[in-house]
Amino acid sequence: METITSIKPLLAVLVSLLVTPILVSSRASNVREGWTFVAATAKFLIVLSMLPTILKGTEIVYTVVEFLPGAAIKFRVDALGMLFAIVSSSLWIVTSAYSIGYMRGLKEHSQTRYFCFFAFALSSTIGVAFSANLLTLYLFYEMLSLATYPLVTHHQDLEARSSGRKYLLYIMGTSIGLALPAMLICYNLAGTLEFSKQGFLAGTASKPLLGLLLFMLIFGFAKAAIMPLHAWLPAAMVAPTPVSALLHAVAVVKVGVFSVVRVLTGVFGTNLLLSLDFSPFIIFVASVTILVGSFIALTQDNLKRLLAFSTIAQLSYIVLGVGLLSPKGMIGGIVHIAMHAFGKITLFFCAGAIFVATGKKNISEMIGIGRRMPVTMAAFFIAALSITGVPPCGGFLSKWYLVLGSLEAHQIAILVVLLFSSLLNACYFMPIVYKAFFCRPEEAMFKNTVQEAPLFCVVPLVVTALISIILLFYPQPFFRLASMMVHSITGT
Amino acid sequence: MSQHYPTLLVTVPLLAAFIISAAGWINKRLCFPFAVATLTVAAYSCVGLLFRVLHEGVVHYRLGGWPPPWGIAYYVDQLNGLVLSVISVSALINLIASKRSIEREFPEKIGPFYTLYVLFVTGMLGITVTGDAFNLYVLLEIGSLTGYALIAMGDKDRAPLASLNYLYMGTIGACFYLLGVGYLYIVTGSLNMVDIASILPGLYQSKAVMTAFIICMVGMWIKMAFFPLHGWLPNAYTFAPSASSSLIAPLMTKVMIYVMIRFILTVFTPKFAFSTLAVSDSVVWLAVIAIVMGAIFALAQRDLKKMLTYIIVAEVGYMVGGAWLGNRAGMTGAILHIVNDALMTLCAFLVVGNIVYKVKGYSFEDLKGLFSKMPFTMGAFVIGALSIIGVPPTCGFFSKWYLISGAIQASHYGFVVALLFSSLVNVVLFFRIIEIGYYEPFGDHHGHDHHPEPMAEAPLSMLVPLFIVAAGLVLVGLYTGDIVNHIIQFVIPKGLL
Repeated sequence: METITSIKPLLAVLVSLLVTPILVSSRASNVREGWTFVAATAKFLIVLSMLPTILKGTEIVYTVVEFLPGAAIKFRVDALGMLFAIVSSSLWIVTSAYSIGYMRGLKEHSQTRYFCFFAFALSSTIGVAFSANLLTLYLFYEMLSLATYPLVTHHQDLEARSSGRKYLLYIMGTSIGLALPAMLICYNLAGTLEFSKQGFLAGTASKPLLGLLLFMLIFGFAKAAIMPLHAWLPAAMVAPTPVSALLHAVAVVKVGVFSVVRVLTGVFGTNLLLSLDFSPFIIFVASVTILVGSFIALTQDNLKRLLAFSTIAQLSYIVLGVGLLSPKGMIGGIVHIAMHAFGKITLFFCAGAIFVATGKKNISEMIGIGRRMPVTMAAFFIAALSITGVPPCGGFLSKWYLVLGSLEAHQIAILVVLLFSSLLNACYFMPIVYKAFFCRPEEAMFKNTVQEAPLFCVVPLVVTALISIILLFYPQPFFRLASMMVHSITGT
Repeated sequence: MSQHYPTLLVTVPLLAAFIISAAGWINKRLCFPFAVATLTVAAYSCVGLLFRVLHEGVVHYRLGGWPPPWGIAYYVDQLNGLVLSVISVSALINLIASKRSIEREFPEKIGPFYTLYVLFVTGMLGITVTGDAFNLYVLLEIGSLTGYALIAMGDKDRAPLASLNYLYMGTIGACFYLLGVGYLYIVTGSLNMVDIASILPGLYQSKAVMTAFIICMVGMWIKMAFFPLHGWLPNAYTFAPSASSSLIAPLMTKVMIYVMIRFILTVFTPKFAFSTLAVSDSVVWLAVIAIVMGAIFALAQRDLKKMLTYIIVAEVGYMVGGAWLGNRAGMTGAILHIVNDALMTLCAFLVVGNIVYKVKGYSFEDLKGLFSKMPFTMGAFVIGALSIIGVPPTCGFFSKWYLISGAIQASHYGFVVALLFSSLVNVVLFFRIIEIGYYEPFGDHHGHDHHPEPMAEAPLSMLVPLFIVAAGLVLVGLYTGDIVNHIIQFVIPKGLL
């Protein structure tokens, strides 16, 4: 594998961090948001400028500082990291626009703090995406937990405090209690933490110890919200909706899943997992999370909580796909990072737009809302289809590959899980859409006059909904990156 | 000039203390510039010395040209070069940061305070630089006696008693140390550390040598507040004036850790300490208890300063445990943690100093709304807290990394668990403070009409030093690799794997 050294990954990480002093010192809110856009666009362009190199099969590396042999703060941009970085940096631009509409629409306090920590969180996310080793990944993972804490607890009331506690307890408790010691044991076993194509743990320890390490690393990155460590995610829904949208449907939870994927592919390696027969364990926890998460989602009335449980289930699709260890399953799982991101962020944007326009949070209060906010609810419908995995949306493709992957791995039970879960998705999304548009006149809770949320809210959600559709027809960039990743592992 | 660095860094502050004391009678305003000038010279000498050691290797210096074992020899290698730099730089930073609070807390005692301050630093630097076991005792007493006085100047009701308590315990500790050195002198006929080290190897089976070692260790453990010998520390550090606690808390315990490591590595040999005596496992278990109990006591506190003092008790456990693991990684972690913990403690206590200066209290009740009132101080507090918790890229993470690594290599899983437990408790401890500062007082629900309290930040002369320390926490973390590769690895004997 050819590699070149370039400072670009570091720049991509730092660009949003460097802009925070300007955000703090700017007095006018327009100037502040202007700089947020500048940073977001710059970040996206830097990430995009690396794409051609990556597509050529070259990797970009940059070592910041080495404090132990094999454990440096080091970036390595590969296909998987690239895919994740494109998704998160592009969605930051959209979310920044949406944040302006939402935060100003609700006259939230401490907006400067909000935008600063948002920028900080994005730096950490890109840092995770480009990490070359477990130590760097852990560093940015922890930075992300801390950067998102003030965002989750933005309202600074009692509810925010208890949610913040839960958030830290789950996220930092597991990362310090499980991931950190596991990382140290790995380092002492293998003498390195550098991700490699077939992992670095092969042949270093006995099966029980490796099993324990796998357990500690999968549950240590609790941002992946694998059950039973999922309870922080619904609690974190007290955050302002743009935060929930980007961080809890895209950045934070995807960082968790991304870390788990890195652990499976870069630390253990597929061959080792196959030879030790750990795949059933991963598939089992993922399947349980998918089904239980979907069932709980069915019972929710608060729209954001419903979306949170839906996210928990969808995240495990990614873990499941990679855990199948079959090429198609892995491609499906990795592409699902992107497909789910665009779909779920649209759903959150819709929930936020409804809240800004009407102040409603519960599904039972949204009957007939399609008459008042047709654009928002149309976008909601499209995104719901994408999450369910039905054409004409991108989500169909990733689920298709997951199904193919389960057949390839001869896991018929998983096929059933996938299909049944899709049914459940439809069961909790479609009634919302149906009641929004096709309720009886006497049921309707809203007047027939169209009154949407501010333009800054509506445009972003239309854009992401359209991208969800476009992704069905032009999914090549993401599939290309995912299959490059899988091919480099399997060598086919 | 530069060949006299070793003596400059002790004699300059020692003599300057008299000048400052005299200047205090003429005009109190003269004291501060004198003290700053003195400590700047000391810091310059220390850092210069460290670089000289890095380039030329170990520096021997004979006071008055008397050859050892008759004269006092100063012996500077990478280990004490590093510790000297940390001591002098943090004392200087704290001196500048605490000017305003000293002027307000005891305006009439400025002269004596700066005299004691500089003498204390003399003691700390002297303990570190000296290569003579008895001279070390003398300087230890200089440092301790001035320390008692600095502490007694605090809270009128409680500081004198806390200081007296510290005096009793400290004197007992110093006596133990002296007794141990006496035994060594009887056996070897020498007080020079290098000299003792060359005579001892033939005598390792001697009961007297073992007794000497153990008695010295116990003396140091009392002085460094190693659980359960920590009883004097929390009250002494809590009720001391801010300027004293932010001077003594980062330095005193860490210097004693240095002395312990110096005895294990130089005066005795690691082989003797870890193999011949066969107590290292028990000492690490004591360290485990220290860490766990320090964490639990810290949880029980309702004021910030006292909570920090119990964190120090736990941190002492980190370093003693790391040093006694008996392997290279553990020792590296312990030495690295001397530097890191000094900086972390300094950062935390400077924050307390700023809070006390503005809010006039440090109980949890006084911390409400601090993130709006003092955002910059609290920003630095968060960085310090992250370092104490051990979040990368702050330096606390990296020393913890080495310590846990050493524990894994030594298969001492009790120590691994204790370190992780302490990290988790630290998360609780610090986020409890952050919660109080961030959420309380509660406004109406949802915070749309949240009216933050107006900003009332500490003066720049307190903020800038604090920021320097906070930035130092991150920089030292990022340069851990260099510190380990260029300094610490030369300190640890090749035989220790």
